[in-house]
Amino acid sequence: MIRFEQVFKRYPGGRDALRDLSLRIAEGEMVFLTGHSGAGKSTLLKLIACIERPTRGQVLIGGRNTAGISRRQVPAHRRRIGMVFQDHKLLADRTVFDNVGLPLVIAGVGTRETGRRVRAALDQVGLLGKEGLPPVMLSQGEQQRVGIARAIAARPPLLIADEPTGNLDPDLSLEIMYLFARLNRVGTTVLVASHDLPLLERMGHRRIALGDGRLIEDLDHAFPGAPPQ
Amino acid sequence: MPSRAPRRSKPGGARRRRRPPLLGRLADLRLPRLALRLPRWGGLGLVRSWTRLHAQTLVGSLGRLARQPLGTAMTIAVIGIALALPVSLYLLVDNLQGVSGHWEEGIEVSLYLEPGQPLAQARSMADEIAGWEEVGATGLVSAEAALEEFRAGSGLGDALGALEHNPLPHLVTVRPAPGHDSPEAIEALAERLRALPEADLVQADADWVRRLFAMLEIARRLAAMAALLLAVGVLVIVGNTIRLDIQNRRQEIEVMKLVGGTDGFIRRPLLYGGTWYGLGGALAALLIVQAGLWALADPVARLAGLYGSGFRPAGLGLAGALFLLGAGTALGWLGAWVSATRHLRRVEPGL
Repeated sequence: MIRFEQVFKRYPGGRDALRDLSLRIAEGEMVFLTGHSGAGKSTLLKLIACIERPTRGQVLIGGRNTAGISRRQVPAHRRRIGMVFQDHKLLADRTVFDNVGLPLVIAGVGTRETGRRVRAALDQVGLLGKEGLPPVMLSQGEQQRVGIARAIAARPPLLIADEPTGNLDPDLSLEIMYLFARLNRVGTTVLVASHDLPLLERMGHRRIALGDGRLIEDLDHAFPGAPPQ
Repeated sequence: MPSRAPRRSKPGGARRRRRPPLLGRLADLRLPRLALRLPRWGGLGLVRSWTRLHAQTLVGSLGRLARQPLGTAMTIAVIGIALALPVSLYLLVDNLQGVSGHWEEGIEVSLYLEPGQPLAQARSMADEIAGWEEVGATGLVSAEAALEEFRAGSGLGDALGALEHNPLPHLVTVRPAPGHDSPEAIEALAERLRALPEADLVQADADWVRRLFAMLEIARRLAAMAALLLAVGVLVIVGNTIRLDIQNRRQEIEVMKLVGGTDGFIRRPLLYGGTWYGLGGALAALLIVQAGLWALADPVARLAGLYGSGFRPAGLGLAGALFLLGAGTALGWLGAWVSATRHLRRVEPGL
Protein backbone atom coordinates (compact mmCIF):
# COMPACT_ATOMS: atom_id res chain seq x y z
CA MET A 1 0.00 0.00 0.00
CA ILE A 2 2.78 2.38 0.98
CA ARG A 3 6.29 2.03 -0.29
CA PHE A 4 9.22 4.37 0.38
CA GLU A 5 12.35 3.75 -1.66
CA GLN A 6 15.47 5.54 -0.43
CA VAL A 7 13.60 8.71 0.20
CA PHE A 8 15.39 11.92 1.06
CA LYS A 9 13.59 15.08 1.97
CA ARG A 10 15.41 18.35 2.40
CA TYR A 11 13.40 21.46 3.16
CA PRO A 12 14.36 24.82 1.76
CA GLY A 13 16.90 26.12 4.24
CA GLY A 14 18.84 22.90 4.26
CA ARG A 15 17.14 20.92 7.00
CA ASP A 16 17.11 17.21 6.23
CA ALA A 17 13.80 15.77 7.39
CA LEU A 18 14.20 12.31 5.92
CA ARG A 19 17.42 10.55 4.96
CA ASP A 20 17.52 7.41 2.94
CA LEU A 21 14.23 6.10 4.22
CA SER A 22 12.90 2.84 2.83
CA LEU A 23 9.86 1.07 4.15
CA ARG A 24 6.83 -0.87 3.07
CA ILE A 25 3.40 -1.05 4.57
CA ALA A 26 1.10 -3.72 3.20
CA GLU A 27 -2.57 -3.34 2.49
CA GLY A 28 -4.71 -3.90 5.57
CA GLU A 29 -1.86 -3.28 8.00
CA MET A 30 -2.02 -1.09 11.04
CA VAL A 31 1.25 0.67 11.74
CA PHE A 32 2.38 3.19 14.31
CA LEU A 33 5.00 5.72 13.46
CA THR A 34 7.05 6.86 16.44
CA GLY A 35 9.93 9.14 17.19
CA HIS A 36 10.56 12.40 18.99
CA SER A 37 9.39 15.59 17.42
CA GLY A 38 11.48 16.55 14.43
CA ALA A 39 12.24 12.93 13.65
CA GLY A 40 10.40 13.14 10.37
CA LYS A 41 7.03 11.62 11.20
CA SER A 42 5.01 14.52 9.83
CA THR A 43 7.20 14.76 6.77
CA LEU A 44 6.60 11.12 6.04
CA LEU A 45 2.84 11.63 6.23
CA LYS A 46 3.08 14.76 4.09
CA LEU A 47 4.90 12.82 1.40
CA ILE A 48 2.10 10.25 1.40
CA ALA A 49 -0.56 12.94 0.93
CA CYS A 50 1.52 14.85 -1.64
CA ILE A 51 1.63 17.88 0.62
CA GLU A 52 5.38 17.69 0.18
CA ARG A 53 7.41 15.99 -2.54
CA PRO A 54 10.53 13.89 -1.91
CA THR A 55 13.84 15.52 -2.77
CA ARG A 56 15.16 12.14 -3.86
CA GLY A 57 13.85 8.60 -3.94
CA GLN A 58 10.39 7.35 -4.62
CA VAL A 59 7.13 7.23 -2.73
CA LEU A 60 4.57 4.76 -4.02
CA ILE A 61 1.01 4.77 -2.75
CA GLY A 62 -1.23 1.92 -3.83
CA GLY A 63 1.33 1.04 -6.47
CA ARG A 64 1.41 4.53 -7.92
CA ASN A 65 4.51 6.66 -7.86
CA THR A 66 3.65 10.04 -6.37
CA ALA A 67 6.21 11.65 -8.65
CA GLY A 68 3.74 11.00 -11.46
CA ILE A 69 0.92 12.85 -9.73
CA SER A 70 0.60 16.34 -11.17
CA ARG A 71 -0.72 19.36 -9.33
CA ARG A 72 -4.11 18.83 -10.89
CA GLN A 73 -4.22 15.20 -9.86
CA VAL A 74 -3.36 15.82 -6.22
CA PRO A 75 -6.98 16.37 -5.11
CA ALA A 76 -8.06 13.01 -6.54
CA HIS A 77 -5.06 11.41 -4.84
CA ARG A 78 -6.01 12.92 -1.48
CA ARG A 79 -9.58 11.70 -1.81
CA ARG A 80 -8.25 8.17 -1.59
CA ILE A 81 -6.55 8.96 1.72
CA GLY A 82 -8.35 9.72 4.96
CA MET A 83 -6.39 12.21 7.05
CA VAL A 84 -6.71 12.87 10.77
CA PHE A 85 -4.92 15.82 12.35
CA GLN A 86 -3.76 16.65 15.81
CA ASP A 87 -5.87 19.81 15.84
CA HIS A 88 -8.61 17.97 13.93
CA LYS A 89 -9.01 20.91 11.49
CA LEU A 90 -12.77 21.10 11.69
CA LEU A 91 -14.62 24.04 10.17
CA ALA A 92 -16.00 26.01 13.09
CA ASP A 93 -18.83 27.65 11.16
CA ARG A 94 -20.35 24.39 9.97
CA THR A 95 -22.22 21.66 11.75
CA VAL A 96 -20.75 18.28 12.54
CA PHE A 97 -22.81 16.87 9.70
CA ASP A 98 -21.41 19.35 7.17
CA ASN A 99 -17.87 18.77 8.39
CA VAL A 100 -18.11 15.03 8.01
CA GLY A 101 -19.93 15.36 4.68
CA LEU A 102 -17.34 17.74 3.18
CA PRO A 103 -15.27 15.04 1.41
CA LEU A 104 -18.48 13.56 0.01
CA VAL A 105 -19.71 16.90 -1.28
CA ILE A 106 -16.32 17.43 -2.88
CA ALA A 107 -16.54 14.00 -4.48
CA GLY A 108 -19.98 14.89 -5.85
CA VAL A 109 -21.90 12.26 -3.90
CA GLY A 110 -25.69 12.72 -3.96
CA THR A 111 -27.52 14.35 -1.06
CA ARG A 112 -29.25 11.21 0.15
CA GLU A 113 -26.15 9.08 -0.20
CA THR A 114 -24.13 11.75 1.63
CA GLY A 115 -26.60 11.72 4.51
CA ARG A 116 -26.44 7.96 4.70
CA ARG A 117 -22.65 7.82 4.70
CA VAL A 118 -22.24 10.70 7.14
CA ARG A 119 -24.55 8.98 9.58
CA ALA A 120 -22.73 5.69 9.08
CA ALA A 121 -19.39 7.40 9.78
CA LEU A 122 -20.75 9.19 12.84
CA ASP A 123 -22.22 5.93 14.04
CA GLN A 124 -18.80 4.30 13.79
CA VAL A 125 -17.25 6.96 16.01
CA GLY A 126 -20.23 6.96 18.37
CA LEU A 127 -21.48 10.50 17.69
CA LEU A 128 -24.69 9.80 15.85
CA GLY A 129 -26.81 12.17 17.93
CA LYS A 130 -24.59 15.22 17.49
CA GLU A 131 -24.69 15.84 13.76
CA GLY A 132 -26.55 19.13 14.06
CA LEU A 133 -24.14 20.76 16.51
CA PRO A 134 -21.24 23.03 15.69
CA PRO A 135 -17.88 21.41 16.54
CA VAL A 136 -17.13 23.90 19.33
CA MET A 137 -20.03 22.48 21.34
CA LEU A 138 -18.19 19.18 21.54
CA SER A 139 -15.39 18.04 23.85
CA GLN A 140 -11.84 17.63 22.55
CA GLY A 141 -12.24 13.88 22.29
CA GLU A 142 -15.53 14.23 20.48
CA GLN A 143 -14.05 16.76 18.06
CA GLN A 144 -11.25 14.36 17.27
CA ARG A 145 -13.82 11.66 16.62
CA VAL A 146 -15.62 14.02 14.23
CA GLY A 147 -12.29 14.46 12.47
CA ILE A 148 -11.97 10.70 12.19
CA ALA A 149 -15.54 10.41 10.93
CA ARG A 150 -14.70 12.95 8.23
CA ALA A 151 -11.61 10.95 7.29
CA ILE A 152 -13.57 7.73 6.88
CA ALA A 153 -16.80 9.13 5.42
CA ALA A 154 -15.66 8.59 1.84
CA ARG A 155 -14.35 5.13 2.80
CA PRO A 156 -10.76 5.61 1.71
CA PRO A 157 -8.55 2.51 1.63
CA LEU A 158 -5.81 4.34 3.56
CA LEU A 159 -6.10 6.31 6.75
CA ILE A 160 -3.21 8.41 8.06
CA ALA A 161 -3.22 10.27 11.36
CA ASP A 162 -0.72 12.79 12.70
CA GLU A 163 -0.61 12.77 16.52
CA PRO A 164 -4.36 12.20 16.75
CA THR A 165 -4.18 11.88 20.54
CA GLY A 166 -1.74 14.73 21.09
CA ASN A 167 -4.29 16.90 22.90
CA LEU A 168 -6.20 14.17 24.69
CA ASP A 169 -5.95 12.62 28.14
CA PRO A 170 -4.89 8.94 28.37
CA ASP A 171 -8.40 7.48 28.55
CA LEU A 172 -9.61 9.41 25.52
CA SER A 173 -6.38 8.56 23.70
CA LEU A 174 -6.93 4.89 24.24
CA GLU A 175 -10.49 5.22 23.03
CA ILE A 176 -9.31 6.91 19.82
CA MET A 177 -6.66 4.24 19.25
CA TYR A 178 -9.21 1.48 19.67
CA LEU A 179 -11.33 3.27 17.15
CA PHE A 180 -8.45 3.15 14.67
CA ALA A 181 -7.93 -0.53 15.41
CA ARG A 182 -11.60 -1.17 14.75
CA LEU A 183 -11.41 0.63 11.42
CA ASN A 184 -8.33 -1.41 10.59
CA ARG A 185 -10.19 -4.64 11.28
CA VAL A 186 -12.72 -3.83 8.53
CA GLY A 187 -9.91 -3.55 6.01
CA THR A 188 -8.58 -0.01 6.12
CA THR A 189 -4.82 0.41 6.09
CA VAL A 190 -4.01 2.65 9.03
CA LEU A 191 -0.83 4.62 9.68
CA VAL A 192 -0.75 6.61 12.92
CA ALA A 193 2.09 8.91 13.91
CA SER A 194 2.39 9.29 17.66
CA HIS A 195 5.05 9.78 20.27
CA ASP A 196 2.97 8.29 23.09
CA LEU A 197 5.04 5.13 23.53
CA PRO A 198 3.24 3.66 26.57
CA LEU A 199 -0.04 3.93 24.71
CA LEU A 200 1.37 2.30 21.61
CA GLU A 201 2.82 -0.54 23.64
CA ARG A 202 -0.62 -1.28 24.99
CA MET A 203 -2.00 -1.41 21.48
CA GLY A 204 0.48 -3.86 20.00
CA HIS A 205 0.73 -3.64 16.19
CA ARG A 206 3.76 -2.92 14.11
CA ARG A 207 5.83 0.10 15.14
CA ILE A 208 8.22 2.04 12.97
CA ALA A 209 10.56 4.37 14.84
CA LEU A 210 12.16 7.31 13.13
CA GLY A 211 15.12 9.21 14.47
CA ASP A 212 16.67 12.18 12.82
CA GLY A 213 15.06 11.33 9.53
CA ARG A 214 16.23 7.72 9.50
CA LEU A 215 14.51 4.47 10.22
CA ILE A 216 15.91 3.28 13.52
CA GLU A 217 13.57 0.50 14.47
CA ASP A 218 10.86 -1.56 12.80
CA LEU A 219 9.30 -3.85 15.39
CA ASP A 220 7.75 -6.68 13.41
CA HIS A 221 10.07 -6.62 10.45
CA ALA A 222 7.81 -8.07 7.88
CA PHE A 223 10.09 -6.84 5.12
CA PRO A 224 13.74 -7.60 4.60
CA GLY A 225 16.42 -5.02 4.70
CA ALA A 226 14.33 -2.35 6.32
CA PRO A 227 16.13 -1.24 9.47
CA PRO A 228 19.66 -0.03 9.08
CA GLN A 229 21.82 -0.80 12.13
CA MET B 1 -30.12 -24.41 -28.54
CA PRO B 2 -26.48 -25.48 -28.38
CA SER B 3 -26.74 -26.89 -31.90
CA ARG B 4 -28.02 -23.62 -33.31
CA ALA B 5 -25.45 -21.39 -31.82
CA PRO B 6 -22.47 -22.54 -33.89
CA ARG B 7 -24.58 -22.58 -37.04
CA ARG B 8 -25.45 -18.95 -36.52
CA SER B 9 -21.93 -17.89 -35.85
CA LYS B 10 -20.45 -19.56 -38.89
CA PRO B 11 -22.29 -17.71 -41.66
CA GLY B 12 -21.84 -14.53 -39.66
CA GLY B 13 -18.13 -15.08 -39.64
CA ALA B 14 -18.11 -15.83 -43.35
CA ARG B 15 -20.10 -12.74 -44.11
CA ARG B 16 -17.75 -10.68 -42.05
CA ARG B 17 -14.80 -11.94 -43.99
CA ARG B 18 -16.48 -11.00 -47.25
CA ARG B 19 -17.08 -7.41 -46.16
CA PRO B 20 -14.67 -4.70 -47.22
CA PRO B 21 -12.11 -4.29 -44.42
CA LEU B 22 -13.19 -0.83 -43.30
CA LEU B 23 -16.90 -1.71 -43.03
CA GLY B 24 -16.03 -4.92 -41.24
CA ARG B 25 -13.93 -3.09 -38.75
CA LEU B 26 -16.66 -0.55 -38.20
CA ALA B 27 -19.20 -3.30 -37.57
CA ASP B 28 -16.93 -4.90 -35.00
CA LEU B 29 -16.35 -1.63 -33.22
CA ARG B 30 -17.96 -1.81 -29.80
CA LEU B 31 -17.10 1.66 -28.66
CA PRO B 32 -20.11 3.55 -30.03
CA ARG B 33 -22.50 1.47 -27.98
CA LEU B 34 -20.46 2.11 -24.85
CA ALA B 35 -20.30 5.80 -25.61
CA LEU B 36 -24.05 5.87 -26.07
CA ARG B 37 -24.57 4.30 -22.71
CA LEU B 38 -22.26 6.69 -20.87
CA PRO B 39 -24.33 9.84 -21.23
CA ARG B 40 -27.47 7.96 -20.26
CA TRP B 41 -26.14 6.92 -16.88
CA GLY B 42 -22.82 8.43 -15.89
CA GLY B 43 -23.48 11.60 -17.82
CA LEU B 44 -26.86 12.25 -16.29
CA GLY B 45 -25.49 11.60 -12.83
CA LEU B 46 -22.61 13.95 -13.51
CA VAL B 47 -24.94 16.66 -14.75
CA ARG B 48 -27.13 16.17 -11.71
CA SER B 49 -24.26 16.33 -9.25
CA TRP B 50 -22.82 19.31 -11.13
CA THR B 51 -26.13 21.15 -10.96
CA ARG B 52 -26.50 20.27 -7.31
CA LEU B 53 -23.01 21.49 -6.47
CA HIS B 54 -23.64 24.76 -8.27
CA ALA B 55 -27.02 25.29 -6.67
CA GLN B 56 -25.55 24.61 -3.23
CA THR B 57 -22.67 27.00 -3.86
CA LEU B 58 -24.98 29.65 -5.28
CA VAL B 59 -27.15 29.72 -2.19
CA GLY B 60 -24.21 29.14 0.15
CA SER B 61 -22.22 32.09 -1.20
CA LEU B 62 -25.28 34.34 -0.94
CA GLY B 63 -25.76 33.22 2.64
CA ARG B 64 -22.13 33.99 3.43
CA LEU B 65 -22.50 37.52 2.07
CA ALA B 66 -25.68 37.98 4.07
CA ARG B 67 -23.83 36.99 7.24
CA GLN B 68 -21.55 40.04 6.85
CA PRO B 69 -24.14 42.64 5.90
CA LEU B 70 -22.00 45.70 6.59
CA GLY B 71 -18.94 44.63 4.62
CA THR B 72 -21.06 43.34 1.78
CA ALA B 73 -23.11 46.54 1.65
CA MET B 74 -19.96 48.65 1.57
CA THR B 75 -18.40 46.67 -1.24
CA ILE B 76 -21.64 46.79 -3.21
CA ALA B 77 -21.97 50.54 -2.61
CA VAL B 78 -18.44 51.19 -3.88
CA ILE B 79 -19.05 49.08 -6.98
CA GLY B 80 -22.41 50.80 -7.43
CA ILE B 81 -20.86 54.26 -7.35
CA ALA B 82 -18.07 53.19 -9.68
CA LEU B 83 -20.61 51.87 -12.17
CA ALA B 84 -23.02 54.78 -11.73
CA LEU B 85 -20.43 57.36 -12.80
CA PRO B 86 -19.91 56.25 -16.40
CA VAL B 87 -23.58 55.39 -16.73
CA SER B 88 -24.53 58.93 -15.66
CA LEU B 89 -22.07 60.42 -18.11
CA TYR B 90 -23.46 58.25 -20.85
CA LEU B 91 -27.00 59.31 -19.98
CA LEU B 92 -25.93 62.97 -20.00
CA VAL B 93 -24.47 62.65 -23.50
CA ASP B 94 -27.42 60.64 -24.67
CA ASN B 95 -29.90 63.19 -23.39
CA LEU B 96 -27.98 66.17 -24.75
CA GLN B 97 -28.00 64.49 -28.10
CA GLY B 98 -31.72 64.00 -27.73
CA VAL B 99 -32.08 67.69 -26.89
CA SER B 100 -30.04 68.76 -29.88
CA GLY B 101 -32.22 66.46 -31.91
CA HIS B 102 -35.28 68.25 -30.62
CA TRP B 103 -33.72 71.56 -31.49
CA GLU B 104 -33.63 70.65 -35.10
CA GLU B 105 -36.86 72.68 -35.18
CA GLY B 106 -34.77 75.60 -34.03
CA ILE B 107 -32.23 75.14 -36.79
CA GLU B 108 -33.31 77.45 -39.52
CA VAL B 109 -31.58 79.03 -42.44
CA SER B 110 -32.60 82.64 -42.89
CA LEU B 111 -32.74 83.93 -46.45
CA TYR B 112 -32.96 87.72 -46.70
CA LEU B 113 -34.07 88.79 -50.12
CA GLU B 114 -32.83 91.84 -51.96
CA PRO B 115 -34.83 94.82 -50.67
CA GLY B 116 -37.58 96.25 -52.76
CA GLN B 117 -38.94 93.03 -54.22
CA PRO B 118 -42.70 92.60 -54.36
CA LEU B 119 -44.28 90.41 -51.72
CA ALA B 120 -45.83 88.10 -54.31
CA GLN B 121 -42.43 87.17 -55.66
CA ALA B 122 -41.14 86.47 -52.19
CA ARG B 123 -44.14 84.23 -51.57
CA SER B 124 -43.60 82.25 -54.76
CA MET B 125 -39.94 81.87 -53.90
CA ALA B 126 -40.80 80.49 -50.48
CA ASP B 127 -43.14 77.98 -52.13
CA GLU B 128 -40.49 76.97 -54.63
CA ILE B 129 -37.85 76.43 -51.97
CA ALA B 130 -40.33 74.41 -49.91
CA GLY B 131 -40.40 71.94 -52.77
CA TRP B 132 -36.68 71.18 -52.52
CA GLU B 133 -35.78 67.72 -51.35
CA GLU B 134 -33.64 68.81 -48.41
CA VAL B 135 -36.15 71.36 -47.17
CA GLY B 136 -38.84 70.49 -44.67
CA ALA B 137 -40.81 73.70 -44.60
CA THR B 138 -40.45 77.37 -45.33
CA GLY B 139 -41.93 80.42 -43.74
CA LEU B 140 -42.22 83.98 -44.91
CA VAL B 141 -41.80 87.09 -42.84
CA SER B 142 -42.79 90.00 -45.02
CA ALA B 143 -40.99 93.28 -44.75
CA GLU B 144 -44.16 94.90 -43.38
CA ALA B 145 -44.61 92.25 -40.72
CA ALA B 146 -40.97 92.58 -39.75
CA LEU B 147 -41.30 96.32 -39.43
CA GLU B 148 -44.42 95.94 -37.29
CA GLU B 149 -42.65 93.55 -35.05
CA PHE B 150 -39.58 95.72 -34.79
CA ARG B 151 -41.70 98.72 -34.03
CA ALA B 152 -43.49 96.88 -31.23
CA GLY B 153 -40.43 95.24 -29.80
CA SER B 154 -37.78 97.94 -30.01
CA GLY B 155 -39.62 100.93 -28.59
CA LEU B 156 -38.42 103.01 -31.53
CA GLY B 157 -41.93 103.32 -32.95
CA ASP B 158 -41.88 107.08 -33.40
CA ALA B 159 -38.47 107.20 -34.94
CA LEU B 160 -39.45 104.51 -37.41
CA GLY B 161 -42.52 106.48 -38.37
CA ALA B 162 -40.18 109.07 -39.79
CA LEU B 163 -38.88 106.62 -42.37
CA GLU B 164 -40.13 107.21 -45.87
CA HIS B 165 -40.10 103.62 -46.91
CA ASN B 166 -39.56 100.27 -45.28
CA PRO B 167 -35.83 99.49 -45.15
CA LEU B 168 -36.37 95.87 -44.16
CA PRO B 169 -36.24 93.01 -46.66
CA HIS B 170 -38.55 90.07 -46.91
CA LEU B 171 -37.30 87.07 -44.99
CA VAL B 172 -37.78 83.46 -46.02
CA THR B 173 -37.07 81.03 -43.19
CA VAL B 174 -36.00 77.61 -44.40
CA ARG B 175 -36.21 74.60 -42.11
CA PRO B 176 -34.20 71.60 -43.24
CA ALA B 177 -35.97 68.30 -43.76
CA PRO B 178 -35.41 65.59 -41.14
CA GLY B 179 -32.22 63.76 -42.07
CA HIS B 180 -30.77 66.91 -43.63
CA ASP B 181 -29.98 68.63 -40.36
CA SER B 182 -26.34 67.69 -39.93
CA PRO B 183 -23.97 70.67 -39.93
CA GLU B 184 -22.66 69.72 -43.37
CA ALA B 185 -26.12 69.39 -44.88
CA ILE B 186 -27.14 72.77 -43.48
CA GLU B 187 -24.03 74.37 -44.88
CA ALA B 188 -24.80 72.86 -48.29
CA LEU B 189 -28.37 74.13 -48.12
CA ALA B 190 -27.14 77.63 -47.23
CA GLU B 191 -24.79 77.50 -50.21
CA ARG B 192 -27.62 76.58 -52.53
CA LEU B 193 -29.74 79.43 -51.20
CA ARG B 194 -26.87 81.89 -51.61
CA ALA B 195 -26.73 80.97 -55.28
CA LEU B 196 -30.26 82.28 -55.85
CA PRO B 197 -30.21 85.63 -57.72
CA GLU B 198 -32.78 87.16 -55.34
CA ALA B 199 -30.75 86.27 -52.29
CA ASP B 200 -29.11 89.09 -50.40
CA LEU B 201 -27.93 87.48 -47.21
CA VAL B 202 -28.10 83.87 -46.06
CA GLN B 203 -27.61 83.10 -42.39
CA ALA B 204 -27.12 79.51 -41.37
CA ASP B 205 -26.99 78.79 -37.65
CA ALA B 206 -24.92 75.69 -38.24
CA ASP B 207 -21.99 76.84 -36.16
CA TRP B 208 -23.53 76.31 -32.79
CA VAL B 209 -24.80 72.92 -33.89
CA ARG B 210 -21.30 72.02 -34.97
CA ARG B 211 -19.87 73.20 -31.68
CA LEU B 212 -22.46 71.26 -29.73
CA PHE B 213 -21.72 68.14 -31.72
CA ALA B 214 -18.01 68.54 -31.07
CA MET B 215 -18.61 68.97 -27.36
CA LEU B 216 -20.86 65.96 -27.31
CA GLU B 217 -18.16 63.96 -29.02
CA ILE B 218 -15.70 64.94 -26.28
CA ALA B 219 -18.22 64.06 -23.60
CA ARG B 220 -18.83 60.73 -25.27
CA ARG B 221 -15.10 60.00 -25.28
CA LEU B 222 -14.90 61.00 -21.65
CA ALA B 223 -17.76 58.66 -20.83
CA ALA B 224 -16.02 55.80 -22.62
CA MET B 225 -12.75 56.52 -20.84
CA ALA B 226 -14.48 56.73 -17.48
CA ALA B 227 -16.30 53.48 -18.22
CA LEU B 228 -13.03 51.75 -19.02
CA LEU B 229 -11.19 53.09 -15.98
CA LEU B 230 -14.03 52.39 -13.62
CA ALA B 231 -14.51 48.89 -15.04
CA VAL B 232 -10.89 48.25 -14.11
CA GLY B 233 -11.71 49.81 -10.76
CA VAL B 234 -14.56 47.36 -10.25
CA LEU B 235 -12.24 44.49 -11.14
CA VAL B 236 -9.77 45.69 -8.53
CA ILE B 237 -12.44 46.21 -5.88
CA VAL B 238 -13.90 42.75 -6.38
CA GLY B 239 -10.46 41.19 -6.67
CA ASN B 240 -9.32 42.77 -3.44
CA THR B 241 -12.48 41.75 -1.63
CA ILE B 242 -12.01 38.18 -2.79
CA ARG B 243 -8.34 38.30 -1.74
CA LEU B 244 -9.38 39.35 1.76
CA ASP B 245 -12.01 36.65 1.71
CA ILE B 246 -9.35 34.08 0.88
CA GLN B 247 -7.18 35.38 3.71
CA ASN B 248 -10.04 35.19 6.18
CA ARG B 249 -10.96 31.71 5.12
CA ARG B 250 -7.46 30.42 4.78
CA GLN B 251 -8.03 27.64 7.27
CA GLU B 252 -11.20 26.49 5.56
CA ILE B 253 -9.46 26.48 2.20
CA GLU B 254 -6.58 24.47 3.64
CA VAL B 255 -8.98 21.89 5.02
CA MET B 256 -10.74 21.66 1.68
CA LYS B 257 -7.44 21.11 -0.06
CA LEU B 258 -6.51 18.44 2.49
CA VAL B 259 -9.69 16.44 1.98
CA GLY B 260 -9.23 16.52 -1.77
CA GLY B 261 -11.08 19.61 -2.95
CA THR B 262 -10.02 20.60 -6.45
CA ASP B 263 -9.05 24.18 -7.23
CA GLY B 264 -12.29 24.49 -9.13
CA PHE B 265 -14.33 23.35 -6.17
CA ILE B 266 -12.63 25.79 -3.81
CA ARG B 267 -12.81 28.62 -6.31
CA ARG B 268 -16.48 28.17 -7.08
CA PRO B 269 -17.94 29.87 -3.98
CA LEU B 270 -15.50 32.73 -4.47
CA LEU B 271 -16.61 33.14 -8.08
CA TYR B 272 -20.22 33.16 -7.01
CA GLY B 273 -19.35 35.69 -4.32
CA GLY B 274 -17.75 37.95 -6.92
CA THR B 275 -20.72 37.51 -9.22
CA TRP B 276 -23.09 38.53 -6.43
CA TYR B 277 -20.94 41.59 -5.70
CA GLY B 278 -21.05 42.56 -9.37
CA LEU B 279 -24.79 42.04 -9.69
CA GLY B 280 -25.45 43.86 -6.42
CA GLY B 281 -23.17 46.72 -7.50
CA ALA B 282 -24.98 47.00 -10.84
CA LEU B 283 -28.33 47.11 -9.04
CA ALA B 284 -26.97 49.81 -6.74
CA ALA B 285 -25.74 51.76 -9.77
CA LEU B 286 -29.17 51.44 -11.34
CA LEU B 287 -30.75 52.80 -8.17
CA ILE B 288 -28.27 55.68 -7.98
CA VAL B 289 -28.87 56.65 -11.61
CA GLN B 290 -32.62 56.34 -11.23
CA ALA B 291 -32.55 58.46 -8.09
CA GLY B 292 -30.44 61.05 -9.90
CA LEU B 293 -32.89 61.18 -12.80
CA TRP B 294 -35.75 61.49 -10.39
CA ALA B 295 -34.08 64.34 -8.54
CA LEU B 296 -33.29 66.14 -11.80
CA ALA B 297 -36.68 65.60 -13.44
CA ASP B 298 -38.36 68.70 -11.98
CA PRO B 299 -35.64 71.29 -12.63
CA VAL B 300 -35.06 69.93 -16.12
CA ALA B 301 -38.77 70.10 -16.88
CA ARG B 302 -38.82 73.70 -15.65
CA LEU B 303 -35.87 74.64 -17.84
CA ALA B 304 -37.37 72.90 -20.83
CA GLY B 305 -40.62 74.72 -20.13
CA LEU B 306 -38.74 78.03 -20.33
CA TYR B 307 -37.65 77.04 -23.81
CA GLY B 308 -41.18 75.99 -24.61
CA SER B 309 -40.17 72.37 -24.91
CA GLY B 310 -41.73 69.30 -23.37
CA PHE B 311 -38.37 67.62 -23.04
CA ARG B 312 -38.00 64.97 -20.32
CA PRO B 313 -34.62 63.30 -19.54
CA ALA B 314 -34.56 59.71 -20.74
CA GLY B 315 -33.52 56.86 -18.43
CA LEU B 316 -31.55 53.76 -19.34
CA GLY B 317 -34.53 51.83 -20.60
CA LEU B 318 -34.93 48.08 -20.25
CA ALA B 319 -32.12 47.16 -22.66
CA GLY B 320 -29.73 49.60 -21.01
CA ALA B 321 -30.60 48.38 -17.54
CA LEU B 322 -30.12 44.76 -18.58
CA PHE B 323 -26.79 45.64 -20.16
CA LEU B 324 -25.67 47.37 -16.96
CA LEU B 325 -26.67 44.35 -14.86
CA GLY B 326 -24.94 41.98 -17.26
CA ALA B 327 -21.77 44.06 -17.38
CA GLY B 328 -21.66 44.38 -13.59
CA THR B 329 -22.14 40.66 -13.13
CA ALA B 330 -19.47 39.83 -15.69
CA LEU B 331 -17.01 42.26 -14.09
CA GLY B 332 -17.65 40.76 -10.66
CA TRP B 333 -17.10 37.25 -11.93
CA LEU B 334 -13.96 38.21 -13.80
CA GLY B 335 -12.47 40.08 -10.84
CA ALA B 336 -13.15 37.12 -8.58
CA TRP B 337 -11.70 34.70 -11.10
CA VAL B 338 -8.46 36.60 -11.52
CA SER B 339 -8.03 37.08 -7.79
CA ALA B 340 -9.00 33.53 -6.82
CA THR B 341 -6.77 31.95 -9.44
CA ARG B 342 -3.85 34.09 -8.32
CA HIS B 343 -4.24 33.76 -4.59
CA LEU B 344 -5.58 30.24 -4.13
CA ARG B 345 -2.36 28.78 -5.42
CA ARG B 346 -0.51 30.34 -2.52
CA VAL B 347 -2.64 28.62 0.09
CA GLU B 348 -0.93 25.33 0.65
CA PRO B 349 -2.00 23.14 3.50
CA GLY B 350 0.25 21.76 6.23
CA LEU B 351 -0.41 19.01 8.70
